[in-house]
Parts: sequence; C-alpha cells; structure tokens
Amino acid sequence: MTQVGHVPGAGSPAADAAERARKEMLRDGRISARNGTRPRIGADVLCEALLLQGVDVIWGYPGGVILPLYDVLSDHPGLRHILVRHEQAAAHAADGYARASGRVGVCLGTSGPGATNLVTGIGTAMLDSVPMVVITGNVPAALLGKDAFQEIDITGITLPMTKHNYLVRNADDIPHAVAEAFHLARSGRPGPVHVDITKDALMGETSAPHPSQSEIEAGLPGYRPKLDGNPRQLKTIAAAIAAAERPMLLVGHGVLIAKAERELLELARLAQIPIAWTLLGIGAVDERDPLAYGYMGMHGWKHVNRAIQTADLLIAVGMRFDDRVTGNVRTYAPHAKIVHIDIDPAEIGKNVVADLPVVGDAQHVLAALIPLVERVDPSRRAGYVAELAGWRAESEGAAWHGSGAWRDGLLSADFVVERIAEGSGHDANLIADVGQNQMWVARYGHFRRANSHLSSGGLGTMGFALPAAMGAAISMPTKVAWAIAGDGGFQMTLQELATIVQERIPVKIALMDNKKLGMIRQWQEIVYGGNYHSEQLAGPDYVKLCEAYGLPAWKVGTPGDVDAAVAAALAVDGPALIWFEIAEKQNVFPMMPAGKGLSDLIDKWGDDGEDVTDGAAGPRPDPSEGASA
Amino acid sequence: MSGAPTEARAVPGTGEARRHLIVAIVNNKPGVLNRVASLMRARSFNIESLAVSVTERPDASRMTIAIIGDAVQVEQATKQLYKLIDVLKVQDVTSEAIVEHELALVKVRASVRTRAEVASIAEMHRGRVVDLTDESAIIEVVGEPAEVDRMVELLRGFGIKELVRTGSVVMSRGSGSIEEQVKR
Repeated sequence: MTQVGHVPGAGSPAADAAERARKEMLRDGRISARNGTRPRIGADVLCEALLLQGVDVIWGYPGGVILPLYDVLSDHPGLRHILVRHEQAAAHAADGYARASGRVGVCLGTSGPGATNLVTGIGTAMLDSVPMVVITGNVPAALLGKDAFQEIDITGITLPMTKHNYLVRNADDIPHAVAEAFHLARSGRPGPVHVDITKDALMGETSAPHPSQSEIEAGLPGYRPKLDGNPRQLKTIAAAIAAAERPMLLVGHGVLIAKAERELLELARLAQIPIAWTLLGIGAVDERDPLAYGYMGMHGWKHVNRAIQTADLLIAVGMRFDDRVTGNVRTYAPHAKIVHIDIDPAEIGKNVVADLPVVGDAQHVLAALIPLVERVDPSRRAGYVAELAGWRAESEGAAWHGSGAWRDGLLSADFVVERIAEGSGHDANLIADVGQNQMWVARYGHFRRANSHLSSGGLGTMGFALPAAMGAAISMPTKVAWAIAGDGGFQMTLQELATIVQERIPVKIALMDNKKLGMIRQWQEIVYGGNYHSEQLAGPDYVKLCEAYGLPAWKVGTPGDVDAAVAAALAVDGPALIWFEIAEKQNVFPMMPAGKGLSDLIDKWGDDGEDVTDGAAGPRPDPSEGASA
Repeated sequence: MSGAPTEARAVPGTGEARRHLIVAIVNNKPGVLNRVASLMRARSFNIESLAVSVTERPDASRMTIAIIGDAVQVEQATKQLYKLIDVLKVQDVTSEAIVEHELALVKVRASVRTRAEVASIAEMHRGRVVDLTDESAIIEVVGEPAEVDRMVELLRGFGIKELVRTGSVVMSRGSGSIEEQVKR
C-alpha cells in the first residue's frame, strides 16, 4: 500500500492517538505564537500540513508574495528552513533529499523568477520519478492575469513537468491541496507535485481542518495506481523463465522506489538470472553479488550490452527502455522475448513492444512471481555463466587504467572515483553531476547499497551534484554525501558553497577538473571529426575559491596523493572539497554513438588501439544518423 | 547462442495510421482542457478534432477526441491521458457500435437565382437553411462526418465564404453508459 506518513511507530494505537491529538490541536482556530495568540492564517495551515506529512526540512528562498509564510515559519519550529543561494538548488536539494531517503522532498520559492528558477529542478525530478512537493507563492488572486510584479503563469509552465499541479486561491483550500500533493508525489509512480498559493490565500484567516488519508484517496477517483500484477500473466512469465537459456534481468529505478531489492535478488538466485542495471538502477543489487553483471547502455559495459544482444529473455523491472539504454530499437536484443514490469501502464509499449507486459509495483509483482518460478540448478546455466564471465573479464580488463595516471600524467578519472568509493568504505552516497563524470561514477563507483548512487538520468541536468548532495547529506545524516562533479557542472551551481558553509552541511565535493566540457570534447572528437568548439573551460583557483567561501580544500594531481586527500576530506567535520586535476583528454569508453545499436560500441579509438586525442583516426560515425543527441 | 533474428524488432508507432475516436470523462474543473491539450501537444499526438461539453453529472465533463495514429500510438495516448489526475475514464470507441455526429455551419454564396439549388442540396443531406440574404445562405447540417463532407463538397461549387464544424461527438449504441462506469 501507499505510504501514509512518517510518524514514528505509525499504526500503533498510541501513535494514532498522539496523531489525533495533534490534529485536534492543529484544528484550533488560533495559533499560540510569540508569547500570545493570533489568528490562524493560510501560511500556518500550510506549515501544519507539511508537519502532518512528516516534513522536517524545506529548501527555499524568500520573496515578496511568499513573505507571509516566512512571517510564521518561526511559529512552527518543527520545520527547518534551509536558505539556498538560487532556487534551482532548492529544487535539486529537495530532489537529493528524496532520492537518498525515499521521503518526499520539499522546496519553496516566490512567484515569478523564484518559481521559474525552480523549473529545471522540477523537470529533473519528473524525468527520474522523484517524490517532491514544490511550493510557490503567487500574486494575490485579484492580480492573477494582470501581469503584476513578479507574476508569471507558473502553473502553466509546470503543468507538463509535474505529476499534478494546483493553483490555490483560498486559505481554506490549502490543507486539502497539500495533503493531496503529498499523496500523489509519493504513491504510484512518484513524481514532483507543484502547489502554487496566492499571497491572499497565505494571509487569509481559516479554520479549515486537515483531511484524513482516506478522504484524500476518496477525492481522487481518477487516480488508482495498480500495484498487483495480473496473476495469469505472471504464470506465463514463469513459464518463459523456465524455458529461457539466456535470461537477463534489467533493473531500473522502479526496483529501488518499490524497495524490491530483496525480491529481485531472490528471483535472480532462484532461476540463476544475471542482473544488469540502468543508470538509475545502480544500487538495486550489491555489485559484488555473483549474479550482478553490470551497467548497461550507451556508456555501459561492453560485456553487459553484449549479453543483452544475445539474450533470449529480458526481464525488465521498473525501467523504461530509454534511448540511452537501447540505442537503435530495431537492432536491440534481437533474439530476446521481452518481459516488461512497470507500475506505469504508459511505459508499456512506449519505447519497445513488450511480449509479456505486467503493470504493477515491482515489489508486489516480483513477490507474486517468485512462488511460480521453477528453481534452476546452477549447473544448467554453467555454459552461459562461463561465457558471460569470459566477456566480463575481457571488457573490464580492457577498460582499466591501472596506474591511476592517464597518458598525460594527470589523474585517470576512473581511478579517482574508485578511490573515493573505497576510501569511504563503499558506504557513502555518491552524487554525480552530468557528463563524463557521471559515467565514471556509474561505471567505477562499485555500489553496494540501495539509493547510494544519485544521478540526474532522465533530464541530465548539469549542476545537479552539489545541491542534490546537500539534500542527501541532510536526509541521510549517517551517510557521507560525495558530490562528484566536473568543472562544467560545478560552475553551474557553485554558489551553494555558501549554503553548505552557513548551514554546516557536511558535503564532500570531488571536483573532477579536466578544464574541459569533457563529454562535449569527446563527442566533438569522435562524432564531429575533431572540430572542437566551446569545449575549453577556464575556471578559478578552486582552493582560493573555497578559502574565500570558508571551507577546506586540497588540490591533487598525482595518484599517490588521492587516498590521503580523500581521508583528509572525510576527517573534516563539515564540508570540504578536493580539486582533482584529471586527464584533459580522457574519454569514456565504450561509447554507443546516438542512433547506433548496442552492438556498435566504440571501445577503442585511434590506430594504436588507445583513445587518442587528435580525432584523426578511426571510422567516424555519421552525426546525422543519430535521431537524438 | 540463438540463431540470427528473422526480422528487426518492431518500433512502436510505425504501424498503419488511422482515425480513432476516444471518449474521455474528466473532472469539470478549470484547466483540465489545457492539461489534455498540453499532453497531446507534448507527446506529438495528432488531434483531428476535440469536442468538450457538459454531461449529466455536474462534476464531470466529456471530451470526444478524434486522433490519427497507429494502434500502439493511440493506445499510448489513452494511457497517457489516464495518467492525468483529472481524467476519470478513457475509452477508444473506434471499433464499437456508436453514433457519431457532428454539426457544421456553412455560409455559402447564394443569389436569388441559385438559392433554391443550395437549399435542395442542404435538404438532401438532412441540412437546412438557417439564415438567408440576397447574396448568401447559412446551411446547418448535423450528421456523420462523411455526410457533412459530401454536402460541403457539393456546396463548394457555389463558393463557400465561411465554414465551421464542431468535430465529432459520439455515444455508444445500446443501454451501456460510460458516465455510469465512472466511480465516485
């Protein structure tokens, strides 16, 4: 069933009674505040509604029309407001908070530019199914549509990138809208929900009660997420698994969202099925597990893509066959029957035609499937497993720059990522930015734990890492939050250094500086014939920058210094940054050019079989072949 | 290892495109039409016509959407529509027994000399003259889109000055009711 809240001991009679008493108090028409009482207004109701949903932190930035909320925030001490330096960071922080913990993240902005600055973060959460509630103020209802100061049609803007949105013009409507927003954000396929509230609604006096969960659900006849798979279809799938000789599990974010990691592993072990994962499926299985095979797709492992191309059964769970996963659909997994399990019916048949579709929650479906599946003796898969293991040894061996230094003598990025993961005991949350750094984290982070890898997969939002790491550090205080960002993405949101210093948020930043937009450079080298443009990236002296902001920083350029720097950053009680000078022209291989298929991976570049940097060698892919970027 | 694949994997949306009729029962709230239109635009579904109206229930509106696409695309459109929180029921009624009608108003050149002929073409298609001047007539016709097409084609010879069509509205034959299927 759907989560109801985050009340400690939820469900017990004592907790229920406490909750009832709390609600009764909240229904009281007056607020005791600042040594007296005052009328309860819309802004109070909003705070109450957030508290009832278990919210402890909101990420925000004040502005004119949202000031009535800031006027009452100190009267609701259960809510910690963290002031960011730009609203985009508030949205990413709420997103990171949610991804790391599974709890709904909350961000807040004023009307107009405050609201539009949130938009990139909302889109990021939408594409990756992250539960988030976005609150914005708007001009008084009477001014809506008059192009008032800082007025923009923000619900019109967020409509296509939210699971749902609301424009609330009346204080009495706030409790229902907020409770419904949380229910929608966290249930079914999660996503961001936006609640836009006019200034007069925030200021209006109200005695409106807060609705119960059942009242919320009853008010949503058009919204009934289907959790259980069709039993007859599950039997067909069990039969397909029994018949398969080369099965492969493809796991995505849905497995993590549904907390189906245990069921996934049980199924894999029962029928001896290797597991491959998407970018957002990383962490669904401990990568040390013998059945954990690897990361798939455009920059995935060659052995994984090869296994997919030769599989006779793909069991896709909570993933959506994104173009970065399939490449050219026509040539994708040409021998495989496809089982597609997803909670969103619209994902079935959207990107590939599924032979055996099941709509349902990953945990519910896998739990129901397991009893139907025949146990497979490992000896039956011996040939298959041995072949896969051979491919794996080959592709992993070819990819590794073992010395830690790349050919130009600077740090090899994959080495740095491995040392960070290792130095943090493989228990940290690694929050990637976008570009080459993101792929290095995905490939070399060696993840062992669910939700320990955070990455903007769908929207691919540069600037994500630092603010999302702030969110992860706050929601999961017992886990180290590493923001691993390139110099491009870092410079997009580095203003948040001030936030982590002011709020003492212990984010550790690994700046992977190749003085380039590395992925742009890689594409220009390989796909655009070495016609480089706008890929050179000057940056500041990051140690001095951190000194100015007030956080410790180290510059590291040789492999021997990496471990000590990681240890030093971890030893700091608070935020810290390591400026890694990484190789300037290192590419991420393998690489599947857009529009090509999984069998067309480029894993070497140049005459000498190494990735070279002048772009003169090798058969050049035709950029026009790619239907997508 | 398995043998060579016999054919390339099918790509959704590459089948034969045809016209589908979709009925959606939606919450009668401001902005719902915008949600539906925005979804159709963003996902590049090709709408031929869209008619929105009240229903017998004050809390619900009804949309009739004529959409061009292959079966997989249209199914995708109905599923995406269903994801909208304000959409309560979606049905592709294309292959069901239905009554499908639309209304058209046609302002056509008609002199005193030709107006009788115009009126007789209208009558042949169950249309009628609803406005008349020395130079023009407005013909109103209600019927299946193909019938409206035929009448418009015949009137074109006289010179059509203005044409408006409502787009199809449909209802399934028999006693079943999509409105009654919507839970409350």
